[in-house]
Amino acid sequence: MSTTESKLMLALNAGETPRRPHALHAIAAFVWRSWRGTLKMLHYLAIDVLIFPVIFLLIFTYLFGGAISGGTGAYLQYLLPGMLVYTVTSMTVYIGIGIKNDIDRGVFNRFRTLPFWQPAAIIGTMLIQLLTYTSALITTILLGMALGFRPEAGIIGVLSGLIFVVLYAFCLSWLFAFIGVIAKKVESITSMTYIVLYPLLFTSNVFVDTSTMPDWLGPIIAWNPISLASTAARGLMHGSASFGDLASALAVMAVFALVFAPLTFRAYRRKGSQ
Amino acid sequence: MERIRYAIEARGIQKSFGGTEVLKGIDLQVERGTVYALLGPNGAGKTTLVHILSTLLRPDGGEARVFGLDVVQSSDAVRRHIGLTGQFAAVDESLSGRENLMLFSRLLGYRKRDAAARAEEWLDVFGLSDAAGKQAGTYSGGMRRRLDIAAAMLVKPELLFLDEPTTGLDPRSRNEVWDIVRLLTERGTTVLLTTQYLEEADRLSDRIAVIHEGVVIAEGTPAELKASVGSGTVRVQLARKEQRGDAAMAMRQVLGAAARQDADPAVLTAPALDPKLAARLLLELSQAGIEVEQFSLGQPSLDEVFLSLTGQKNEVLFESKEVQSS
Repeated sequence: MSTTESKLMLALNAGETPRRPHALHAIAAFVWRSWRGTLKMLHYLAIDVLIFPVIFLLIFTYLFGGAISGGTGAYLQYLLPGMLVYTVTSMTVYIGIGIKNDIDRGVFNRFRTLPFWQPAAIIGTMLIQLLTYTSALITTILLGMALGFRPEAGIIGVLSGLIFVVLYAFCLSWLFAFIGVIAKKVESITSMTYIVLYPLLFTSNVFVDTSTMPDWLGPIIAWNPISLASTAARGLMHGSASFGDLASALAVMAVFALVFAPLTFRAYRRKGSQ
Repeated sequence: MERIRYAIEARGIQKSFGGTEVLKGIDLQVERGTVYALLGPNGAGKTTLVHILSTLLRPDGGEARVFGLDVVQSSDAVRRHIGLTGQFAAVDESLSGRENLMLFSRLLGYRKRDAAARAEEWLDVFGLSDAAGKQAGTYSGGMRRRLDIAAAMLVKPELLFLDEPTTGLDPRSRNEVWDIVRLLTERGTTVLLTTQYLEEADRLSDRIAVIHEGVVIAEGTPAELKASVGSGTVRVQLARKEQRGDAAMAMRQVLGAAARQDADPAVLTAPALDPKLAARLLLELSQAGIEVEQFSLGQPSLDEVFLSLTGQKNEVLFESKEVQSS
């Protein structure tokens, strides 16, 4: 018997074939996978969680702050919570790109021949993304504090704002997860960022208070989901959140998750099996 | 599981993509413990058929069972028994070889420590232990294919699908893959492989289905397929290749069929319907003063079988060409 053959015998006889993994077990495996993958891309991660947040916060505070609010200090108080929403919104596109890349490479077919709960592939990947979002948010908050941002609701305000924005990112991620599953090309996902996300970001109240806008425009801008999230984050950090602000933001977020998560799973299951 | 004779039973499998009929009613029976080859050129529908049998695609019509389990109704149960390697290695290129096998083990339900143990065992079987820590994206084609087969073996499949396992591999890597397939079948694994290389089907498989444009046009053992063409082949190796024109003329006269030139310019082959004609040819050649180094009468090659079945020339499948009489 050759050595390869004896090794093969050994491998074939080793260990009982386990039962179908529990859904949580499968999610944990994908969290682990994304984590290992993230560690290998640390240089990209550094750009997203350190460099971009710093550059944008500095640009908006110092270049536009004076023009918009008459002073950088006052503007930062208004801007920072919205900046948190801005930061994660532009990052949610990565989940779509990640899913699309898996589908394009053969590894998707391998996943589909394994007997685990298939949505775990998307959920596990998303959970690690949330960690990335959180890192970017912490960078933004710390830099903001260094520049003079003072949350009126103190540490509780900062924490509740942070948790709220991460939750917002999680809900919004389902939109891009869905686009990632149905997109024909990776490029079409990236172009969605420019066609949909950036116009929405700049027609929101992230940078400018709606009270400074024409009467007909203000209410429209205020109903942009990004505005709703920014208003809620601002309210939480400064302790001025009304029940209505929070409820409308959470309702819109819930709609995103409840509509796009099932659509994503359905499209994912059907992918390639039409 | 009770003993079921057939690893795969498929009846009338149909599949269309956007109005194009890719599979037009395929029947297939693969006996447990055998190697079965789906042979056909690119676009014949081999991969589509494999994807249906391995639960990745739903058929539009017909039904397929793997170890008696319906591939549509009981896809999860089927997945417990099968391993799949695709034309493009299905591994995560950003992870190392070890991490890939650990991930797939965990998705099979192994606990973390067991998953690590399984990964090491299979890396060792496929000679990948030294490269275990390197990113799979940096692997050579042969290494990636071995990693892919290792990933498919983690489930200890009773049925392994190998979709063009050696396409794009150098001869050495190809031989390694062949050795692996032989070893697995000795251990009782049923293998369904697709290939466009006749040599591969001939060497590895117990039975072959020739697929052409979504239909099985012939099925049988390699020997049966060759016999179905109905003639043997005379192979003449000349001492001096300059004499091939004369030799070809003699072959045409005696055998009544045109001689083909092999890749080797000193070798000519021609179909011989009757062994007696071959004997007469040998006599004729020596009388004409043509020096023959080797002379053999054998079964036709699968290339000839394929050509006679499809009536079509295909560059990849067929390398020899007819001798130009000078």
